[in-house]
Amino acid sequence: MKQQKSYPIYGIMAEFDNVQDLVAATHAAYEAGYRVMDAYTPFPIEEVSETIGFHRHHNKVPLVTLIGGLCGGIGGYSLASLASAVWFPLNIAGRPLIPWPMFIPVTFECTILVAGLSCAIGMMAMNGLPQPYHPVFNVPNFSRATIDRFFLCIEARDPRYDEDAVIGLLNRSGAMEVTRVQG
Amino acid sequence: MSAYEQTIDTTPSLIITEPEKVPTMTPGQTLESISLKISEVVLRAGTPRWWFGALLVSSAFAVGLLFALTVLVFKGIGIWGNNQPVGWAWDITNFVWWIGIGHAGTLISAILLLLKQEWRTSISRFSETMTIFAVVCAGLFPLFHTGRPWVAYWLFPLPNTMGVWPQFRSPLVWDVFAVSTYFTLSVVFWYIGLIPDLSTMRDRAKSLFVKKIYGMVAMGWRGSTRHWSRYETACLLLAGLCTPLVVSVHSVVSMDFAVGIVPGWHTTIFPPYFVAGAVYSGFAMVLTLVIPARKLFHLEDFITMKHIDSMGKVMLTTGLIVAYAYTFEPFFGLVYSGNRYEKFLILNRAFGPYAPFYWTLILCNVITPQFLWWRKIRNNTVVLFMLSIVVNIGMWLERFVIIAISLHRDFLPSSWGYFKPTIFDILTFSGTLGLFMTLMLLFLRGMPSIPMFELKTSLPQVHLAGHPAQGDFEQEVAS
Repeated sequence: MKQQKSYPIYGIMAEFDNVQDLVAATHAAYEAGYRVMDAYTPFPIEEVSETIGFHRHHNKVPLVTLIGGLCGGIGGYSLASLASAVWFPLNIAGRPLIPWPMFIPVTFECTILVAGLSCAIGMMAMNGLPQPYHPVFNVPNFSRATIDRFFLCIEARDPRYDEDAVIGLLNRSGAMEVTRVQG
Repeated sequence: MSAYEQTIDTTPSLIITEPEKVPTMTPGQTLESISLKISEVVLRAGTPRWWFGALLVSSAFAVGLLFALTVLVFKGIGIWGNNQPVGWAWDITNFVWWIGIGHAGTLISAILLLLKQEWRTSISRFSETMTIFAVVCAGLFPLFHTGRPWVAYWLFPLPNTMGVWPQFRSPLVWDVFAVSTYFTLSVVFWYIGLIPDLSTMRDRAKSLFVKKIYGMVAMGWRGSTRHWSRYETACLLLAGLCTPLVVSVHSVVSMDFAVGIVPGWHTTIFPPYFVAGAVYSGFAMVLTLVIPARKLFHLEDFITMKHIDSMGKVMLTTGLIVAYAYTFEPFFGLVYSGNRYEKFLILNRAFGPYAPFYWTLILCNVITPQFLWWRKIRNNTVVLFMLSIVVNIGMWLERFVIIAISLHRDFLPSSWGYFKPTIFDILTFSGTLGLFMTLMLLFLRGMPSIPMFELKTSLPQVHLAGHPAQGDFEQEVAS
């Protein structure tokens, strides 16, 4: 790989060909005190996100979904009530203007719709996607991260980052290839 | 050896053997082979000839749809056979039929995901896509049945200068909410599920142009483990949201009828009966599509006999629920209701002018599916394919029987009538079939039809020691 000094280094990327090595390397990196790192895998591996310190409570998708669902439900019921009782009241043989059981289907559908949309959009937004360019795409073999290779990147933003130490650590952990990632 | 033991030895009929486990994937697959074989269907150079032939035929029917709908926009819905008293006829029949077909997709992608049915993976993308296209076809019917599709936005609660709002007590308004929510979330769920596979396509594509297209729709997915973590949660939550949604959609559709007082419609059995029927017809349609597609695109490695067999079983189960409803409908009508119009309706169904339709329905939906009890038949793709088409026809007839037979002779004999389809009814219906097939063919050629990343998680070599299955939460807790 060409070394162009003018670009800052984003981090050091190690490539693995199996899950076990990746998990072991991630463990080793975390033990060594590195915190700003990320793994790139072709499919979700729960152990890896736990190991790099991204725990269940860091994941705000359920919260966003809940808030979306509540907004949708309240919004749907209010919409039906306001339309039937305030904006366009129809007195049909003195029947109630807000018959709540009849508003359940619309309330339910609005709850699901807004919850689902906030779940999907929230997930994408928190992931920072769409993001067409990212430094890790500069790694030569990175196109296999979506097929059959597993990558671990220790980023230069990490306070303990020291290039030689990181390269040494990743080489020791059985990486097939260790590359500097140009930022 | 005692005489007693000898008798046991000589009675092998008593020994119960476990049925042979059929794998959900042919053994020996690797991470690379999954990506390669599935993306190859799309990325290989040259399109098979049969694909162009099939596209030609189905798009010809779709052009028929365009023609029929154009005439409708100019002349109004009088070009259909709908009349007084049969105000709802083929259009609503087709609407309910298509919506029902869509339900299998959501069942496979959401409910079976929550139930951890691993076999669903290979067919989930395929059936989710089927859902979206089926709902597209379904939506056309009420839209054009309004006669003035250009003011269809009046169905939505939008502030307007007339100060008029939709009637929120009406099931028809519930239907607008249910179907549009269903369509929106089906598209969202489908697209979210596609993103990681689209990034695989981006990385496997050779030509820069193709790379750019997939790159754009993949939104820069890079498989970061933080992303995966949120992604998995989002998929699980969407599945959880879609599960009650799918049940609600056909329940609301059934209430379009059940809330009315027309004999044959005004019954509480409708919501569960419609949902079961929807799943029944949906699985039949998945089989109709999957059986030829796996052969033509050489996907037998991933869509095995296990899938075909399981789908046959679901079809049998839901078919039996539907048969149960058919049995109880006459009981409610003749005995339980004590209503002369309901009694007349049941007799009119079985012996009136539309009797052949009713008996064909019973033949297609109750008698024919009983063959599915035999594993030999469930494992014979040709027979199963024919059975699935018979069930599709049966489910269409069911909706026709419910809608047209109930309406054509309701209360006053002086207002009885008869419905006959016109050429425009036929063109519209066959046209939606053509549109559906056209969209399916384009999808199969342009998108990965099997979720690659999900299949990879079920490979034995990716499992960590002590973790028999990826994402197995109980294991996680226990360890």
